[in-house]
Amino acid sequence: MSGLSIQNLSMRFDLPNGSSVQALQDVSLDLAQGELLSVLGPSGCGKTTLLNIVAGFLAPTEGRILLNGHEVRGPAAERGMVFQQGALFEWMNVRDNVSFGPRMAGKRERDYGATVDHLLEVVGLRDFKEKAVYELSGGMQQRVALARCLANDPDVILMDEPLGALDALTREKMQSLVLKLWKETGKTIILITHSVEEALLLGERLLVMAPRPGRIHREYRLPFADLGAGQDLRAVKKHPDFATKREEILGMIWDMEEEIMGRSERAGAPA
Amino acid sequence: MIVFALYIAIFAVSWLLVKLLVHRALNDFTARKTVTFGDESAVRPSRIASVVSILTIFLLWGAFTGSHWVPKFLHAPGPFVGDASFTYTAEAEGVAPDEATVIVRVFPVGEESADPEVDPGEGWAKNDAASIGAWRSGLVRVDENDDYGRDAGHRVVAVNGQPIAPGTSVDTEHGRVGMSPKGTLNFEPAKGWQMEPIWLPAPEAVVARLGDIARDGYRDSTLWEHLGWSLFRVIAGFFFGALIGIPLGYAMGLSDWFRGWFDPIVEFMRPVPPLALIPLVIIWAGIGEAGKIILLFLAALWIMAIAARSGVSGVKISKVHAAYSLGASKVQILRHVIIPNSLPDIFTGARVAMGVCWGTVVAAELVAAEKGAGMMIMVASKFQLTDIVIMGIILIGVIGFGIDMLMRVAERRLVPWKGRG
Repeated sequence: MSGLSIQNLSMRFDLPNGSSVQALQDVSLDLAQGELLSVLGPSGCGKTTLLNIVAGFLAPTEGRILLNGHEVRGPAAERGMVFQQGALFEWMNVRDNVSFGPRMAGKRERDYGATVDHLLEVVGLRDFKEKAVYELSGGMQQRVALARCLANDPDVILMDEPLGALDALTREKMQSLVLKLWKETGKTIILITHSVEEALLLGERLLVMAPRPGRIHREYRLPFADLGAGQDLRAVKKHPDFATKREEILGMIWDMEEEIMGRSERAGAPA
Repeated sequence: MIVFALYIAIFAVSWLLVKLLVHRALNDFTARKTVTFGDESAVRPSRIASVVSILTIFLLWGAFTGSHWVPKFLHAPGPFVGDASFTYTAEAEGVAPDEATVIVRVFPVGEESADPEVDPGEGWAKNDAASIGAWRSGLVRVDENDDYGRDAGHRVVAVNGQPIAPGTSVDTEHGRVGMSPKGTLNFEPAKGWQMEPIWLPAPEAVVARLGDIARDGYRDSTLWEHLGWSLFRVIAGFFFGALIGIPLGYAMGLSDWFRGWFDPIVEFMRPVPPLALIPLVIIWAGIGEAGKIILLFLAALWIMAIAARSGVSGVKISKVHAAYSLGASKVQILRHVIIPNSLPDIFTGARVAMGVCWGTVVAAELVAAEKGAGMMIMVASKFQLTDIVIMGIILIGVIGFGIDMLMRVAERRLVPWKGRG
């Protein structure tokens, strides 16, 4: 059985003040090999917790995750992760960062060298191989992070707001790059984002999560990722369905935010 | 006070002069900033001020010690040297009061000098001669050559016509005449504003002494042996401190048991100044090399442990997570992520530790040592060899500064990513 299966996941933990938080409640989801899922939701909906559990950094209180039929326990090379920023190793140059995974696995330069150079070429960093990563711009650093993850050839790529810290123009270019890499490599990808537009553009499937407790609110299947893989993303955004969906989801998230605000106002009001 | 006032005056005057006279055509970005008061990045040290500052220190040092390096007209008034004279009026029983002159030859200390020749003069009180070194004072027994001595009730009642009594004094042209409780005159030549060499030697004397000691050594060891021993102790103590402290810090950053076990010890020992440990270390290990290296080891140990611990806690969790999800093992994460990430903190700690060790070794040598920079200045101070003391202080400062500069260069070379994460 191939693919990623998230089964009845719940996460609950105690706070220092004695109360407890239900970060996730009964989340179930199946992802086939090669699917791209984007996850959207207001802050506090547990989307980062979900990703950390899939990555193996957190153990859920209930439920389990199966990848290709075996249960996930702890982090492993089969599930690569791309972080928002600051996860590169400054003490290595660009190429050493990208080849980190294969080197840790004990592979030799002649085995991984061609792959690493090809990936650097694909993400457009061929001329920056020997540069220190702190000399690169934010967008270039995220390209390094993508290449580093791909060089390890994981089954699933987990992205935690990978483009969140980039400016709008760079972000658009990187969105195209993510789509291109997804099509070329056929990896299963889970992408967490704050941007409704990005979730629509990149998500073959889109999950809207609701907070308190974190749970799946609604799921969509979208055509835009396939449309965008071959063409300009700006053309995709002009698609009539795109605007409709964006308004629908934005409205959904606004409602959730308002509900949270109302709830906390009521809680804060004198009895 | 005079020196301080002069210093302030030079500071202010040179500031004004430079502001008025020097206009450098700077055209970089910072030069275009209009808000500089409050913008720390716009405050660049004025190189002219640095040069004037150092020159001022040497100028004041030279001026107040009569240095040959400073032109004569800039010298502060020196002590009186030459022949000074005053008259005294003496009384004795049964005779009228008589007056006589005292000529005092004031000579530079260190030179041979004899009493000046004087004509005894008329009357029962005879003229006197004396010689006194500059900055010193001396008793003048004016009654000794007079016709009526103390057994005849000899008593000095006035100097230069002004009455004098035991405990009071009279100012004369080139000094001050006082009277001891027994009635003996005491002449103190004018001291001027310059410092006596035993308090503060002239800069050229310090340089000359540096040459002497570099050539002949001091206390059975050459200068280089003294400095070399101090440096060796610092390096050995720091080496062992880092050897134990860094792994200890890593363990404290990586394991809750180690953290819990050593936290109280480290947190208690850190604020204890290493100098406070000197007596205990001497009791336990004596004043030999072992004791000093143990002391410096203890000085470096806690600093390095804390630096390594904060280096581990400073690692961004996303880097560790990224390494795990790239398939790295715990050992690989330690080797490729945690250690390189902690190097900037360790370098900062090493700089602090080297500074503390250098200070501690000098202090420990002041207390007890056979060789070393601190021992050199301590022994010299006991013999009032102020030039060696000052030379030693300058050398200690230069070496301490050199150590810090070397550490900075090493830091820039070895951890160029510092502060860029």
